[in-house]
Order: sequence, then C-alpha cells, then structure tokens
Amino acid sequence: MTSGIATNVRLTGITKSFLGVPVLRGVDLELRGGEVHAVMGENGAGKSTLLKVLAGVHRPDGGTIEVDGAEVSFAGPADAQRAGIAIIHQEFTLLPHRSVAENVYLGREPVRGMQVDRRRMVADTRELLDWLGEDGIDPTDAVSSLSVAQRQVVEIVKALSTDARVLGMDEPTAALADHEVELLYDLVRRLRERGIAILYVSHRMREVFDLSDRITVLKDGRFVTCAPTGELTSEDLVRHMVGRDLGEYYPDRAAPDDLGPVRLAVRGAGNDRVRDLNIEVRAGEIVGLAGLQGSGRSAVARAVFGVEPFTRGVVEVDGVAQRVTRPRTAVRLGIALVTEDRKGDGLALRQSVRDNTLLVRRAALSGARSRAKSDVKALLDMVTVVARGEHQEVRFLSGGNQQKVVLAKWLAVEPKVLVVDEPTRGIDVGAKRAVHELLRDLAKRGVAVLMISSELPELIGMSDRILVMHDGAPAGELPAGASEGAVMALATGHGVGDAA
Amino acid sequence: MSALEENTVPVTRKVTRPAFHRRLTPVAIVYIALAALLVVGSVLVGLRGEVLLDQAGILNIFTRATALGLVAIGQTMAILTGSLDLSVAYLVGLTSLIAAETMGGRDGMIVPGVLLALVVAAGVGLVNGLVITVLKANAFIATLGVALILRGYLEDTYTGPAGDVPRGFQHLGYDRIGPVPVAALLMLAVAALSWWYLSRTRPGYHMYAVGGDIEVARLSVVPTRRTIVTAHVLCSVAAGLTGIYLASRLGSGAPYVGTDAGYDLESIAAVVLGGTLLAGGRGGVVGTIGGVFILATLDTIFDDLEVDPFFKDVVRGVVLVTAVALYARRMTANRARGRLT
Ligand SMILES: Nc1ncnc2c1ncn2[C@@H]1O[C@H](COP(=O)(O)OP(=O)(O)OP(=O)(O)O)[C@@H](O)[C@H]1O
Ligand SMILES: [Mg+2]
Repeated sequence: MTSGIATNVRLTGITKSFLGVPVLRGVDLELRGGEVHAVMGENGAGKSTLLKVLAGVHRPDGGTIEVDGAEVSFAGPADAQRAGIAIIHQEFTLLPHRSVAENVYLGREPVRGMQVDRRRMVADTRELLDWLGEDGIDPTDAVSSLSVAQRQVVEIVKALSTDARVLGMDEPTAALADHEVELLYDLVRRLRERGIAILYVSHRMREVFDLSDRITVLKDGRFVTCAPTGELTSEDLVRHMVGRDLGEYYPDRAAPDDLGPVRLAVRGAGNDRVRDLNIEVRAGEIVGLAGLQGSGRSAVARAVFGVEPFTRGVVEVDGVAQRVTRPRTAVRLGIALVTEDRKGDGLALRQSVRDNTLLVRRAALSGARSRAKSDVKALLDMVTVVARGEHQEVRFLSGGNQQKVVLAKWLAVEPKVLVVDEPTRGIDVGAKRAVHELLRDLAKRGVAVLMISSELPELIGMSDRILVMHDGAPAGELPAGASEGAVMALATGHGVGDAA
Repeated sequence: MSALEENTVPVTRKVTRPAFHRRLTPVAIVYIALAALLVVGSVLVGLRGEVLLDQAGILNIFTRATALGLVAIGQTMAILTGSLDLSVAYLVGLTSLIAAETMGGRDGMIVPGVLLALVVAAGVGLVNGLVITVLKANAFIATLGVALILRGYLEDTYTGPAGDVPRGFQHLGYDRIGPVPVAALLMLAVAALSWWYLSRTRPGYHMYAVGGDIEVARLSVVPTRRTIVTAHVLCSVAAGLTGIYLASRLGSGAPYVGTDAGYDLESIAAVVLGGTLLAGGRGGVVGTIGGVFILATLDTIFDDLEVDPFFKDVVRGVVLVTAVALYARRMTANRARGRLT
C-alpha cells in the first residue's frame, strides 16, 4: 500500500438495471491516481450504484471497467479488492461488538496454521493507523467504544488494508460532526498525496469545492458532465444536477400577523446536559437553534421529545403544562422529532415505504387518529421521495430517499410542534429546497417549528428567530436575518450579554 | 464550517474508555451467579441436614450438565450465527437409536455405531443449513419443520426403546474419576475445542460476523452461506454426540429421550442464560457452560429439597427472564454511551 505507483481507472458506458428499471444508463468516468474526483447528483441519481459497480458489489449490465488500461470484470467484491479497489459504503459496515482489528480484516483474516494470526492482525492494523496518523485508536478497542468519526477512520483503514490504490467514499461526512469533518478532509488530502485515487460522493457543495480536483455530475443515471473543479461554480453544478437554476433563495418568513399563540413553551428547564432554557415557539413560527456541535442543541431536541427528558422546569404545549417523560407522550401531545441520527433511529429497512411512513402513527396514536385515512402518497410527494411505489422496501431506496421517508413518517402524525435536527443532511440540493418550502408551509398551517442545523446559511435563511446555544445554556437570541458572524460570536461564547 | 475550527478536536483524541470495559461482562456475571447459587443452595440443603456438594451431589450436577452441555454447545454456534435450531431434541432421540441399533450389543460395532450416528446428525444439520440459506426459510420455521419430520419418523418407526449398547460402551456413561464423570470431562473438552474454534479460527470469526450483521459480512466478502451451514452442521453433530452419550447411559436408544428432557428449549435457555445474544453476533461457549451448570445445579438443589415441579419451573423461568433483562439493560446502557451528543 505504501508503494508509489498510481493506479488509473476508467469506466465506460456503464449500464445497470434493477428488476428492469434502469439506474445507470451509460456512465463514463475516469479516475487518476492522486486525485480526488467528486461525484454529484440528486438523490437516486445512481452515485452509490456506480460505486458499487466499481467495487464489484453489483455487476454492470453493460460497459467496461479498465484498471491501468487492462479491462477487468469483477465477480464479487473480492475481485475488486484484488485489483486494488475498495469502497467505504454510505452505510456503516462495521460490527460494533468486534474489535477494530477484527473489523479491519473481516473476511480476510490472516492465518497461521489453523488459527487466525491475531498478533499480525493487530500489528498490521496498528501500522495502518499510524500511517494515517491516527494512533489514538487501539486495534483491540471494541468498535462500539469509538466515536462516529473514529469509526469512519476504521472504515478507511479497512479499505486501505486491502492494499487499495483506489478508494471510493460514499458520503463519508454525512454522519460526522462539524469538527470531525475537518479531520476527514485532512485525511483525504493525505491519502491523495500518497497517490491514492479517491472517488468522493457528497451532497455538500462546500466540501466538494474544498476537496476535489474534478467533478462528475450524474442525473437520472446518465453522465452529464465532468470538469476540473476550478472551472465550475456552484450555480453551474446545481444547474447540471437539477436541470434548472435554483438560485440562493429561501421561502418568505412569517409576517407578524401570521403568528398564532405560543404552542411550545419551555420555562427554566434543564437536565444534566442543558440548563436555564427558556424557549417559546408560536404557531406559524420557525425558531432556529444554533450552536456548535456539543453545545446542547440536540439535547434540547431530545429533551422536548422526551428521549432524555428535562429534570427541571416546565414544558407547556398549547398553554398547558405537561410532563413529557417519553417519546410516546410527546407524540400524543403532537410533538414530533426528526433526529439527526436517522440511520440509528431510522427505518424498518425490510418494510415498505408505506409501512414505514405510517409506523409512528400506528404505534403511538390510538383508535380513530391512527386509522385516519391520510394520503400516504401526498405525504411522500410532499417530501419528494423517489420510489418505485409505496410498496417498495425501504432498503432499496437511495440513501437520501430513505431520509425523506423518515421525514414523511413524522409528518404523518400531523404534529403541532415539529422539532427537526439537521433535516437536510444527505439530501440533494433540489430536495433541500423542497424541505425548506415544506417546513415553511407547515408553519403557515399553524405548526410550531424548532429547527437545528449546522449549515448556518440554511439556519439563518429559514428562521424567524434564532436562539444560540453555548456550552449547554442559551447564549442569546437573534432576530431573523442575523449575520453568520453574529451567530458565531454567540456560539463561541464571545457575545454573551449583548444579545439582540 | 471553517468558523468552527476553534472547536476542532482531533479524531485521534484518546477517548476515555467507557466504563463498561471495567464493568462485568456477561460471562463474569454468569459465573458469579453460579457461585452464589452454589452457596445459597448449600445453605438451603444444609438446613435440611444434608450436603449439596457431597459425592452424590457433584455427580448429579455433572451428569445433568453433560447431556445439556453438549446440546447447548451446538446451539451456541447456531445462535451466534444469527440462527437457531429447534430440531435438536428429536435428533438426540434419533441418534441414540441409530447408535444403539447399529451396535446391537456387539463390541465390534461400537465405532460404526458412533460414526453412523454422527454422519446422520451432520446430514440433518446440512439439511437445516441448506433450507435456511438456499430456500431462505426463516431458521425458526425451517428447523421446526425438520423437527416435525424427525418426529413423524420416530413415531412411525418406534414404540419405545430399541437397540442394545454393549457393556463396553456403557463405560462412557458411567465411568468417573472421583465424583466427576468421564463423560462430563469429555463434554468440557468439546466445549474447549468449540471455544478455540469460535475465538481463534476464521470460520469462528465469520460466525460472529454473520450473526452480528449479515449484510456487513457479505460486503466484507465473508462466505455467509457456508458459515450458516457449518454452524448448523456443528450444532447437529453436538446433538448427535448427546444422543450417543445418552444411549450409553440408557443401554439402548430411546426415541423421546431428547424431547422428554426438553433439550430444544432448554439448550436455548442455557445459551441465553450464558449471555449470548439471541439475535447473534455476541457471546460464546464459556458463558453457555456457565448457564448449563446453573440450570443443572438448580435442578439438583430442587431434587434435594424435594420441591414440587411447578415451583421448579417457575424459578427457572424467573432466573431466565432476570438474566435476559440484566443483559438487555447493559446493552442499552452501552448503546446510549456509544452515542454522540
Ligand atoms: N438493490 C437495489 N434494488 C432495487 N433498486 C435499487 C437497488 N439499489 C439502488 N436501487 C435504486 O437505484 C436508484 C439509484 O440509487 P443510488 O443509491 O445509486 O442513488 P444515489 O445517487 O446514491 O442517491 P443518494 O444521494 O440518495 O444516496 C434508486 O432509485 C434506488 O431506488
Ligand atoms: Mg447514495
């Protein structure tokens, strides 16, 4: 793996259908050693499928794959590994109960005699971790004891341990906290310097412009364009992906007389993660909750929803004090939470889109309310899920579309108070727009929305008011349209006291 | 994002190891519970003026643990791999008959009898494994189906004990070293071998992987089908060993020797009691053996105290539920701790 020969890969005219439905319709892609090549496209455009074809997980129906000029054909992931290609999948592929080394060499454990050579496995894993400068992870640690970012590092080590010269990364930052993203950047740059070719799938514009050397855009399984990153603007990219201009635009904010009575009020509340909270959200209002990772934003969301309830203070819903000690109570009161950890809390993967959409409603609401005939299709259209139908199993949807199903699932309970934690993570630009419009639309219909987002432009663009958290406590409140600088000042603890 | 740099913490930051590393593992809990049970049992039996762990008591515990232990070792492999085997009880009966009938009282037929019983057992395991992997039947249903077929055959062919085990082979069932039966030592040897297999060999590693997450295993080029089939073959062979052992004790084969003892559910109970996740991917033989000895000790204590059978079952049920609840709590606690803010 430390050998310096660059590997080049060329995909030509790749086609792939699932059960007769074409997903890739002739994709060309050229990847050079020592470059970061970004692949962008809407949810369901075929990015993950393309990576899986490259990794030998799926067999292409047509087209050719060449590695260093020689045509190859992969019968399975093992063949691709032998050709020096490894993929970090959109989903985590680690076993939490096993050690780091056991995960890294899973399926390829070195043996000595009849036994697995554990000493060598650990030593080789340690060497790779050192090579990446990640010596804080011990090869004998259980994966379940690692942070999400460290797990991502283990995924990378797992890929590199196959002597990979070509590394595909499918939305590697989707599950990472902001500060962890920076570290991943670093790691990717180090890999590039060592001549590894990186195919990088992401929906985050900033990331793609920061990291990549070239960008390929896919749309509906077709190759649209490939250009050096420097020659593209984000407007160009959006146009290629979506097929039209989107422009920087957020739906209109609420006018003063759009606002109704206070729906959610939190007074003097706290628990062991947050304290001194006073929040009011009115019907028709979107309140943004800003703060650095770990400032307690998500803890507020979880407390309001009863996952880790407040231990002090009062929560009122529509003016009535309530004790929300578990999610079930919250749902009955009309509170919904779309969590940031959508994979973990997520979906019944083997059930249909329809069943998943109705999951919470059936489980938590009784009698008539649970049976109320709501139009699942309308819900799914609202969040623009692209599926083959309501009865398709969720596991066959693309990653972004799975996330939209989670949104639909919570909208199905027709909440009065909607708490959304990173609602657009992993969602493509066009759908992001749709989610923004959807949230505003819900507000217009009298829902009180509490929104958390690490993307400041999004948070500022959407919110009628912004509450900034710092270190577990509110640091101040800012009006609509506050500047990024003002938010960051409060979030980093520099502006305490002079809140607007 | 760049504005957040001041908050940057290295990925490599050494995480303080979560407390559960220092906390008790399920295996430790099982053996502590076993020790506690022996103490409490000794006291209770002592109150009646008897001794729990005298020669007869120790023999009793080991004898009970031998048959259940063998079945449970196999069941551990099936469960670890994310599967389950409900056909073991009938298979124990079937193999006891095959062994005893083949031997037919002749010393010279001991080896063929043992081999034939094991081959048939392996065949049944192969069928279980293939039905699950190739026909993609749910393990519960697949092995229940095989159990029903075995039952049909046994009911149709036998009315009671059959075959004859030569005296020479009965030594296996009755010889002992001090208070410890030789067969129990052989069972422990099988357990040790299985422990080595599961924790030191590639196929063993793969069982944990397949049981942990079959999709992850597949993406990591683990041969998932072969792993599941192997687990079932080994599970059935373990049941076959039990049948052979019981034949040597009974002096003949008996169609319902496995089901009368409830080895199907009993073995699953022992595995779960031993801390193996019923969903697979975590646990092992060491815990299972602890679970087996807890169940065997409980039974011996009950016998000494002459408690009525209903009460016996209630206590066993309570023990099982408590154990599972205990492990489940630890799991959720760990998961919660593994989470980010
Ligand atoms: N195994 C499968 N069986 C059937 N359909 C599939 C399968 N895998 C993917 N698809 C379909 O192929 C299409 C492309 O999916 P893919 O996962 O490649 O999209 P993507 O570009 O990665 O999207 P996202 O940005 O949401 O991750 C989707 O419509 C999806 O439903
Ligand atoms: Mg994808």
